Amino acid sequence: MSDPIIRFDNVVKRFGDHTVLDRLNFTVNRGEKVTIIGPSGSGKSTVLRILMTLEGIEGGVVHVGGEPLWHEADGVTPASEAHLRRKRAEMGMVFQQFNLFPHMTVLRNITEAPVRVLGLPKAEAKARAEELLELVGLTEHMAKFPHQLSGGQQQRVAIARALAMRPSILLFDEPTSALDPELVGEVLGVIRRLAEEHDLTMLLVTHEMRFAREVSDRVVFFDQGRIREEGAPEEIFTDPSEERTREFLKTTLEPSSP
Amino acid sequence: MLFGFEWDLSSPLAFAVSILPMLLTGMWVTIQAAVLGFALALVLGLVWAVLKAAPLRIIAWPAAVVTEFLRDTPLLVQLFFLYYVLPEYGIVLPAFMTGALALGLQYSAYTAEVYRAGLQAVPRGQHEAALALNLTPARKFTHIVVPQAIPRIVPAMGNYLVSIMKDVPVLSVVTVLEMLNVARIIGDRTFDYLIPLSMVGAIYLVMTLIASAGVRALDTYLPKEGIPLK
Amino acid sequence: MDVHWTEYLPPLLEGAWVTIRLTVFSTLLGAILAFAAGVGRLSRNAALRAVSVAYIEVFRGTSLLVQLFWLYFALPLAGQAVGLDLRIPPVIAGILALSLNIGAYGAEVVRGAIQSVHTGQHEAALALNFTPRQTLARVTIPQAIPEMMPSFGNLAVQNLKDTALVSLISLGDMTFRAEQIRNFTQDSVTVYSMLLAMYFGMALVLTAMMRGIEHSVGRWRPVRS
Repeated sequence: MSDPIIRFDNVVKRFGDHTVLDRLNFTVNRGEKVTIIGPSGSGKSTVLRILMTLEGIEGGVVHVGGEPLWHEADGVTPASEAHLRRKRAEMGMVFQQFNLFPHMTVLRNITEAPVRVLGLPKAEAKARAEELLELVGLTEHMAKFPHQLSGGQQQRVAIARALAMRPSILLFDEPTSALDPELVGEVLGVIRRLAEEHDLTMLLVTHEMRFAREVSDRVVFFDQGRIREEGAPEEIFTDPSEERTREFLKTTLEPSSP
Repeated sequence: MLFGFEWDLSSPLAFAVSILPMLLTGMWVTIQAAVLGFALALVLGLVWAVLKAAPLRIIAWPAAVVTEFLRDTPLLVQLFFLYYVLPEYGIVLPAFMTGALALGLQYSAYTAEVYRAGLQAVPRGQHEAALALNLTPARKFTHIVVPQAIPRIVPAMGNYLVSIMKDVPVLSVVTVLEMLNVARIIGDRTFDYLIPLSMVGAIYLVMTLIASAGVRALDTYLPKEGIPLK
Repeated sequence: MDVHWTEYLPPLLEGAWVTIRLTVFSTLLGAILAFAAGVGRLSRNAALRAVSVAYIEVFRGTSLLVQLFWLYFALPLAGQAVGLDLRIPPVIAGILALSLNIGAYGAEVVRGAIQSVHTGQHEAALALNFTPRQTLARVTIPQAIPEMMPSFGNLAVQNLKDTALVSLISLGDMTFRAEQIRNFTQDSVTVYSMLLAMYFGMALVLTAMMRGIEHSVGRWRPVRS
């Protein structure tokens, strides 16, 4: 396999006194589907947010597509805005709270960036949006506003919106955590189809263990800002080698145990 | 006689009817002063809001002090200051203009806060989504942030327009012939303050009730999600 | 005329004392009116509600200067018409107008704060068999007060600024003194700059005091889950 598409080298991230990522080393290969699991506050989402340049870092280097996001030289020097824009264009992100634009129709939500950022003609962007809405099963809701849709539908629109930019990497930040239980299935269904039918690189943070097991090529267990254990889903879920992983899986898989 | 109208002292009702056109002439001046002062406050407040948000402290801090000062000192004194001090520096404005300027200055401190609060109320996730989609900062501001901030900003501004209207009578001290000043002149000349002053109160009540209803209507009309973009 | 600015200080300070007393009295009286009308507006008694609404709407809906002039110039004439002596000295007219005005604005703050107290609190009080009066006094208002304090702070500063208007009915406050000095010396820049600075200083002190009170009542703040 070629060079990894995502590479974290000794990345340090702090919020005040709290170290969220402690010299993290982590790679994702092109086309790989990787799920990050771990207790809340372990820095899982921070990995995605750093990749999308929503957060800066205090040390180390993050490579995306073979190029660093920021350069390390006496601390971390920010890259030029043009460079970051180019790097961001390789990625799409699906947020926990969907973050759809509430004042735009579903169609406009999906076409706004392709038209304004990629410079696509409106008709082409619309055709692309229609195709994606079909993929997520929401064609008939094109003219609605987000608040007229259920949470699950909103998240499917958000997935279509991210895909419309034709990213090679798709980041999912707890995409079903804000949803009512009965709406989780439809969103996971869409993500599963994407995982099966596309050669997209996918990086997911989720609490849906069964889903993680089914779609991932590799599962990474995060604890206290570091990777405790990683491996094929079968390995992690059936025979974890670390005590911490076992404990974590025990509490999440049997949440109601007394 | 005032503004070419005669008062009729034959009965209280006749008096009231005869001075109504005079008071309405004054009301028109009141409205003009309020609207001009409001327009100034909208523009100046935006300037303050931008300066206060500046990343450079050397810009943001003085802007914060200036707006705090404008907010914390009486309109009447600011008006006196402008009225008596500006001419000493060769700036001679008509009283009406000085008055509108004072209203605009005082209220710019409030409108600056409305802009700031309105823009800040747009959730962080919206900024993050715009960044993740690589929208330019300018595009993000004009098409994501502003349309969502407007439903918060516009009604708040409307309330300040109503407040400005109620502050216009202060301009009477520098001879602006707004409604209260007209009523006082009528009172001074006819020795009847009760009817003209009560009428001014009643007209104010009607004006502010209508204006407040307008603001409320605007508030319901503007979609909470933001100005729709199809 | 060449007068040193320090010579303006004694009369200005004399005026400042008037301004301070006006602010304190009218803010306190205004707070009482605010509570009465704010609670009255939420009363189950229709007459009480109507009186409160009328008071709030009239004093919020008209201009403070109109109210001040009406009390000072028109009220005596109204009294005359019904055979009463309603002439009031400027200081009473000033305090009345200021407190009635600020009280009406404050009433809306009180009402909003009371309504913001979680309904669960009322239900709990009801479940414990408190009378409505007990619920209001022991449960609702103590929780609503911290909620009101930031707005009350703003209103107090607003009231301080509004006291300048009483100079127009020849009450000897700070602004009135400054006007006298300006008439006498024509030294507008100095005297108005001093006056503005004094108001600014007073407002800052008042804000700090209101923050202090806000802080000391903060312990009543409802528990947030």
